[in-house]
Amino acid sequence: MPARPLLAVHDLAVTFTQRRRRDVRAVDGISFSLGEGSVVGLVGESGCGKSVTSLALMGLLPPRGVQVSGRALFRPGGGDAEVDLLSLPTRRMRDLRGRELAMVFQDPLSSLNPVVPIGRQVTEILVRHRGLKGAAARSAAAELLERVGIPDPRRRLSEYPHELSGGMRQRALIAMAVACRPRLMIADEPTTALDVTIQAQILELLKELVTEEGTALLMITHDLGVVAGLCDEINVLYAGRVVEGAPRHDLFRAPTHPYTSGLLRSIPRLDAPRDEPLTPIRGTVNDAIEWADGCAFAPRCDNYAEDCLGGPPDMREERTGHRFRCVHPVHGRAPGVPEPTATQGGDR
Amino acid sequence: MAARTQRIDRLAELTAARREEAEGRGVWREAFARMSRNPMAITGAAVVAVFIVVAVLGDLIAPYGPTEQNWGDEVFPNRNVFVGPRAENWLGLDNLGRDQFSRMVIGARQTLMVGVVAAGLGFTAGALLGGVSGAAYALGGAAGRRVDTVLMRVVDMMLALPSLLLAVSIAALLGQGLVTVMVAVGTAQVPIFARLLRGAMIAQGGRDYVLAARALGARRRRIALAHILPNSMGPILVQLTLSLATAIIDAAALSYLGLGNPDPSVPEWGTMLADAQRFLSGAPQLAVYPALAIIVTALGFTLMGEALRESLDPRLRK
Amino acid sequence: MSLLEIKDLKVHFPIKSGVLVDRTVGHVYAVDGVSLDIEAGTTYGLVGESGCGKTTLGRAVLRLVPVTGGEVWINGVDLAHLPEEEMRRSRRQAQMVFQDPLGSLDPRQNIESLLMEGLEVHGVGAGRSERRRYVLDALDAVGLPERALNRYPHEFSGGQRQRIGIARALVLEPDLIICDEPVSALDVSIQAQVLNLLEELQRERGLTYLMIAHDLAVVRHVSDAVGVMYLGALVEEAGSDALYTDPRHPYTRALVSAVPVPDPVVEDARERILLQGDLPSPADPPTGCRFHTRCPWRQEERCDTERPELRPVGEGHRVACHYAEEIAAGEIAPRGVVGPG
Repeated sequence: MPARPLLAVHDLAVTFTQRRRRDVRAVDGISFSLGEGSVVGLVGESGCGKSVTSLALMGLLPPRGVQVSGRALFRPGGGDAEVDLLSLPTRRMRDLRGRELAMVFQDPLSSLNPVVPIGRQVTEILVRHRGLKGAAARSAAAELLERVGIPDPRRRLSEYPHELSGGMRQRALIAMAVACRPRLMIADEPTTALDVTIQAQILELLKELVTEEGTALLMITHDLGVVAGLCDEINVLYAGRVVEGAPRHDLFRAPTHPYTSGLLRSIPRLDAPRDEPLTPIRGTVNDAIEWADGCAFAPRCDNYAEDCLGGPPDMREERTGHRFRCVHPVHGRAPGVPEPTATQGGDR
Repeated sequence: MAARTQRIDRLAELTAARREEAEGRGVWREAFARMSRNPMAITGAAVVAVFIVVAVLGDLIAPYGPTEQNWGDEVFPNRNVFVGPRAENWLGLDNLGRDQFSRMVIGARQTLMVGVVAAGLGFTAGALLGGVSGAAYALGGAAGRRVDTVLMRVVDMMLALPSLLLAVSIAALLGQGLVTVMVAVGTAQVPIFARLLRGAMIAQGGRDYVLAARALGARRRRIALAHILPNSMGPILVQLTLSLATAIIDAAALSYLGLGNPDPSVPEWGTMLADAQRFLSGAPQLAVYPALAIIVTALGFTLMGEALRESLDPRLRK
Repeated sequence: MSLLEIKDLKVHFPIKSGVLVDRTVGHVYAVDGVSLDIEAGTTYGLVGESGCGKTTLGRAVLRLVPVTGGEVWINGVDLAHLPEEEMRRSRRQAQMVFQDPLGSLDPRQNIESLLMEGLEVHGVGAGRSERRRYVLDALDAVGLPERALNRYPHEFSGGQRQRIGIARALVLEPDLIICDEPVSALDVSIQAQVLNLLEELQRERGLTYLMIAHDLAVVRHVSDAVGVMYLGALVEEAGSDALYTDPRHPYTRALVSAVPVPDPVVEDARERILLQGDLPSPADPPTGCRFHTRCPWRQEERCDTERPELRPVGEGHRVACHYAEEIAAGEIAPRGVVGPG
C-alpha cells in the first residue's frame, strides 16, 4: 500500500452557467491522484477540460457563473492533515497559493506584470511568503533566477518582462513559482508558446526542479511527446473526463482507449519512416455527445457499438494502475474491427 | 443492416442535439439578431422610433400651430404669470402665450434634421478622408504612407481645435441659421470618423485574409473596397449613432449661443432652451421640457450605439 | 525538373525612425541569401524556429513582401523582377495556405464568395455557372459538402476552415502551393486529417508544395526534401530521412534532439543537445557563422569570422558548417549535452 497521495481529486466537475445560454459542463467528473514528488500529466485537446481543472484546483475560477463540485484533497506541508482545495475559504486558499501550490501558465508575458521589473515581482513573493526583507530578499531573488538558468541574474532583476525573450520570461515565471519551494506545481501548457529548442531547455529545468527540490508537478498539455519523457503517470482527458490513465510506459506501450490509441496513430513521429501513413481520428471534438447519453467519444470511435450508449462507461482497471473508461477497448486489436455486438439494447 | 443504421441514427441524433444549428448567417445579421435580444438596444430603438415618428408627423400631432397665441382674454401679455399645464395645453404656454406642447412636437423635426444632416455630413466626409488614408497606408507601400501622413496631419489640425470653437468660427463665416449649425456641427465630427475608419482599416489591412486576397491575385482596389472597408465599418457605424446624439446636443448648444434659426415659426429644441433661460426662475418648466427631450433622445441614440458596439465586439462573438 | 528555383533571395526590412521624415536606421535581415530548388510534384519542407525567416521566405516567393534581391523562377519566369501587374496575374501559378484558418478567411464572405474570388480576379471560366462548377469541384476535393457554400467561416470547425483555405488555393489550379504552418493551429486529432488531405491532393493533381512549419516531425512526414533555416539562411538541406538519421549541422542536431517523441522508450534513451541562450536578433545577426553564439561545437576564430557556405556533403545533402565532417567523425566534442536519464 503506497503512502497517501499528496493530491487526490475525486469527481471534480465544473459547470459554467450563463443567462439565456445552455450550461456548459467543462469538467464532468475527473478523478486522479498525484504522489509526493511525482509528475502527473493531464493530456487532451482543446475543450477537454484540462485547463479548467487546473484553475479549479488553484481556486482561480471566476466567482460567479461557475459551479464546482467534487473534492480535491491536498496535504499541506506533506503532513497528515488534509484540506479540500475546492471548499477552502478564499483567505486560506490565497495563503496556500504561492506557498504550497504554484502555477505556471502558457503565456508568460500576460502572466507577468508588464510595468513592474522582474526582480520586484520575484522579491514580492519572497517578502510575502518567506518573510525575507530588503537586501536578503533581493539576493534570494537573484539566486532564484540563477537557479532557473537566467544568466546574469543581478542585472535581470531590474529588467521589465518585455525586455526578456519568451524562454527567459517562462524561466522567470518558473522562478516565481518555485520561490517558496511549493509542494505542488501546476504547469498549464508551459512550453506551448515556445520554440522547440527552448522547450527542451524548459522541460529539462522542470525535470531538474522535480528531482532536486522534490516538488510534485501536474503537467497539463496537449502534446503527448512532452509527457512521454516527463511524466510518471499520464491521464488522457476527453470531453471533461479521464478516459485513460496509466504509468507512462504502460500507456504508450498498450494504449487501451480508442481515443488514446487514435491520437498516437495520428501524430507524425519524428523517428518514424517517412512513408508510414497517419491514421486520423474522424470528426472533431465538437462531435462529442453528453456523457449522460453514452461515451462522449462514440461518434468518432471505430469501435463504436450499440452498448456504448446509455450512460457513461465505467472506469475499468485491468493491469494495476492502468484504468480506462471504455466498453470496447482496443487491446492491440486492429482498429475498425467491432467486437461481437453485445446483447443489451443501446436505447436505454 | 437495419439495426446498424438505427444505431447510427441514434448517435447522429445525440450528436446533433449538442450542436448549435448553423444557419448561414453573415456577421451583420448575427449582430442584428444579438441586438434584438438586448434590452439596451430595444429601449434605445423605442426612444428613437418615437422621436422619428414625432419628427415626421409633427404637424399632424401638434394640436396648435407653432405661433398661435389665440387664448382669448388670457393673462397675456403679463410677463410674470405663466400658464402651466392644463387640459387644453398639456405642457402649458410659453412666455409669448404659445402652446409649449405643439412647439416641442414641431421642434422635433428641426432637431432630427440637424442631427441627421450634421452626423451624416461628418460621417461622409470623415469616412472619405479616413478611407482614402487607411487604404493608402494599408496597401499603397511607401508612397501610400506619404499620402496618409499628409491627410492625417490635416485631420490632426481639425482635431486640435475644440469642436465647439470650430463650429463657432464656421458660424461666424456663414452667418446665423440652420445650415450654419448643421455644417458647423458636421465639420466638428469629421476628424472623429476619419481617425476611426483609418485606424480600423490599418488594423484590418494587417490581417491574414488581406494577405490571402493579395496571394490570390486580387487588385488593390478590390481588396480595399471588398475586404478591408466592409470589415472596418463597425466602429464608424457605432460612432454614427453616438454622433447623432452629440450632434443634437452640439446643435442645441449653438442655438443656445444664438447661432440657430431665429424664425419663430420653425421651433427647435436648442433655440427653445436658449429662449427659456431668461425665465428660468419664473417658469423653469419651459427649459426643462426641451432639455429633457434633448437628453432622452441623445440617450436613445447612445443606447443603440452601445448595443451595436457590443453586438459587433469580436470578444463577445462565438 | 525543378518547378521553383530560388537564387540568393534576400528580404531586408528597413527599420524606420523619425517623426515627420522617416529615416532608415537599420535593417532586419529576415531572409539573407537563400537558394533552393523544388522538384515538380514533390514537397519541400522548410523548418526553423520563430524569427528564422521561413514565413517571410514563403511570402517573398509570391512577392507579398518586397524582395530586396535575388531571383525566384517559376515555369521559366523570374517573379522577383516582374512588373506589378504581371506579378499579380502570375499569382495564379502559386497559391498559399495560411496558419490561422479563421483569420485568413474574410469573415464577411460566405464560402461560395470566398472560393469564387480567385476565379473572378483572374477571369477564369465563362460565366457564373462554369465558375460554380470549379468551386464545387474544389469543395469536393477537400471533402466538404455543397451545402457549405452559403455558410460563413465562423460556422465551421478549425479543421473544416483549413479545408476551405485549401479549397481556395486549389480552385485556381496552381502548380505550387505554399503552406505556411498549415496544421499548427489545429487540434492534434485534426492535424492528421489535413496532412493526409494535402498528400492525397498532391497524388491526384501532381501538386508541388513548399511546406513551412516549425514542427520537424510534421515537416519530415510530408516532405521529400527538408531545408533548415536559422536567422534568415539555410543551414542544412537534406532528404527527409537523411535529416533525421544523419543530421550534419549542429543546429539541425540540436533541433532533432529537442523534438519530443511520444514514446517513453525513445525519450529515455535520447541524448539532448541543449542550446545555450536565445536566438540573436535578425536586425543584428552575429558575424561569421550565425549560429556560433549558441553552437556547442563552436571553434575559435573561424566560426566567429567566416560565414560558412552551403556546400554539398552527399547526394541531395547540403550543409553550411565549416566542421561538419569533423563533428560527424566525433573529432570535436560538444558542450552542453544531456545524456539519457
